[in-house]
Amino acid sequence: MAISESAYIQEKFSALQTQQADAVLNEIRLKAFENFQVNGIPSYKNEEWRYTPVSQLFKKPFELSENTVSIEQQFLQQTRLPNSNEANELIFVNGVYDASLSNIRSKELVVLPLEKALSDSTYAELVKAHLGKSSLYIKDGVHALNTSFINGGVFVYVPKNAQIDLPFYVYHLCNTQKNPVLAQPRSLVYISESASLKIVEHYATIGNTDSFINEVMEVVVAENAQFEYYKLQADVANANQVNTTHIRQIGKSFVHTVVATLTGGMLRNNTNIIMEKAGNEAHMYGLYLLNGSTHADNHTLVDNREPNCFSNELYKGILDGSSTGVFSGKIYVRPQAQKTNAYQSNKNILLSDNASVNTKPQLEIFADDVKCSHGCTVGRLDEEALFYLRSRGIDAAQAKAMLLLAFANDVIDKINIESLREHIEDIIVNRLAVQTS
Amino acid sequence: MLSIHNIHAAIEGKEILKGINLEVKAGEVHAIMGPNGSGKSTLASVLAGREEYEVTDGSITFLGKNMLELSPEDRAREGLFLAFQYPVEIPGVSTTNFIKTAVNEKRKYHGLEPLDAVAFLKLMKEKMQLVEIDKALLTRSVNEGFSGGEKKKNEIFQMAMLEPKLTILDETDSGLDIDALRIVASGVNKLRSSENAIIVITHYQRLLDYLQPDFVHVLYNGRIVKSGTKDLALTLEDQGYDYIKEAFGATAQ
Repeated sequence: MAISESAYIQEKFSALQTQQADAVLNEIRLKAFENFQVNGIPSYKNEEWRYTPVSQLFKKPFELSENTVSIEQQFLQQTRLPNSNEANELIFVNGVYDASLSNIRSKELVVLPLEKALSDSTYAELVKAHLGKSSLYIKDGVHALNTSFINGGVFVYVPKNAQIDLPFYVYHLCNTQKNPVLAQPRSLVYISESASLKIVEHYATIGNTDSFINEVMEVVVAENAQFEYYKLQADVANANQVNTTHIRQIGKSFVHTVVATLTGGMLRNNTNIIMEKAGNEAHMYGLYLLNGSTHADNHTLVDNREPNCFSNELYKGILDGSSTGVFSGKIYVRPQAQKTNAYQSNKNILLSDNASVNTKPQLEIFADDVKCSHGCTVGRLDEEALFYLRSRGIDAAQAKAMLLLAFANDVIDKINIESLREHIEDIIVNRLAVQTS
Repeated sequence: MLSIHNIHAAIEGKEILKGINLEVKAGEVHAIMGPNGSGKSTLASVLAGREEYEVTDGSITFLGKNMLELSPEDRAREGLFLAFQYPVEIPGVSTTNFIKTAVNEKRKYHGLEPLDAVAFLKLMKEKMQLVEIDKALLTRSVNEGFSGGEKKKNEIFQMAMLEPKLTILDETDSGLDIDALRIVASGVNKLRSSENAIIVITHYQRLLDYLQPDFVHVLYNGRIVKSGTKDLALTLEDQGYDYIKEAFGATAQ
């Protein structure tokens, strides 16, 4: 049986509720499961899922991941990003936190299994107060399914004033050697007052069958804290993902996100920034460099709930082959959020006749004293620029790669972790050189 | 060096060049003048290899090679340089990296080792003085936010760096004030030698005052209707193109 059958999901849910009996989690899971049953898996009729046929994934024989799945050391080593020895490493295998593979090197950084955090008097109240808040914004069945099966999740806590200088790498490994796997990692990150943290999420599948990662990460950023978030999607073509990164700025704070999508199957990223205090600042960047039949859907949300917040958003796409892209960027400006500055831009280059992109900027402004702008472009490579480079003796393939790299660099430059930036740059340079020759 | 024989060229099915003949030898400077729409820029585009122009008849030999069979990049590597009328802005591509790539691609084509960073910087410094270009411009993206004069100087700087055998200046004088024109023209003059040749496409006399062409050709309606020495340019300046139109309008139609 697989997730295509509701009886299977029901049975797995009941089993989890009995096995992992924690009053708080049981209640959260139950509520989510009820939502899942009511809302179901969104079809194309759901505006938020119009261009991403996630329901097709739910027809495939994915099985919910079991508690303990082993992963080959060698595979983990291959997956690790450069400079991993000078980073904190958190490892999920098939959606379940694996403490034995993880390495937390920064002394001040607290990483606990969610269940443990809920029974720890220091953290229990924090977790209860903040876990599951993303459900207020995302009400579809896919998100509810993650919450219904919270198991093997993680609580990350950065204490007051702690500057975690080492990047925090979160690896999502999927072992699909036995069967197609639906992995549902869950995490809650709390960055206390005047603290800072840089998270890098990375995904890798081993095995010949499909993987489907349905992830939810909730991040709470307190007063004067700084949060940098990077996502690198460079997995195999049969690796699918629905990721939600739900960031709440509960104090006046600074957030910087970069989502880089390079390879994979059907990929959906929800990146939400909820500005709950006046004077918040957020910068959001995204690059999707697609070919083959990869589908990448970036849904972003900036909710300005208080005055004087600033957000700037730039997503860029280069689409080749028969790849498809979606960008949907929402900016809400609530009536009380006067003096909001919110900017958004989405630019796309189509390299092939079979590639396509749907882009949809949406501004909903209920305050009258704001500065907001949005814009989107879909075009081809600039033929004039290409000819200019060629007329100087640079061959067509290299000229094309130079122009595309220049286009992508606006986003790549925003990756502040040097080793990560160089790693991504190398992948892109190699890709463009091969792709265009 | 360059031998153009009976070139006919069309864009989107419309014939623009209707049989051009031109011989250019090393050491010569040729000026091509003519009213708007006569085909001057089309000729430059055909020589540089713009793919949207279709050559329907004729031949072009450049340094003994059939130029029409070469890609734009190979023409450049062989020694052709087009100074654009409207140099394009390329955000995100650094001018220095771009020129370095171009110089080394050309060296590779001729079986030479690429210049290392030190040698390249030395060459750049030397050529920068020649065309009086501001160093700060070269750290910026190609032509991005450059003034008209800066763009043209950048063209001449690239010419200096690539040391072409044949340069086509496509209305390089357009949009230049007197000072910029003088700097650009003196840069070109410094780069002139008995080894290379220049084709200057222009409407006006003022650039020719500096460059002193050996030959002046008048292009009208897709053909060279008159050739002469630099005095021909003075006559045109004096009498305007109407006299050409009157003399050749009927036959050229």
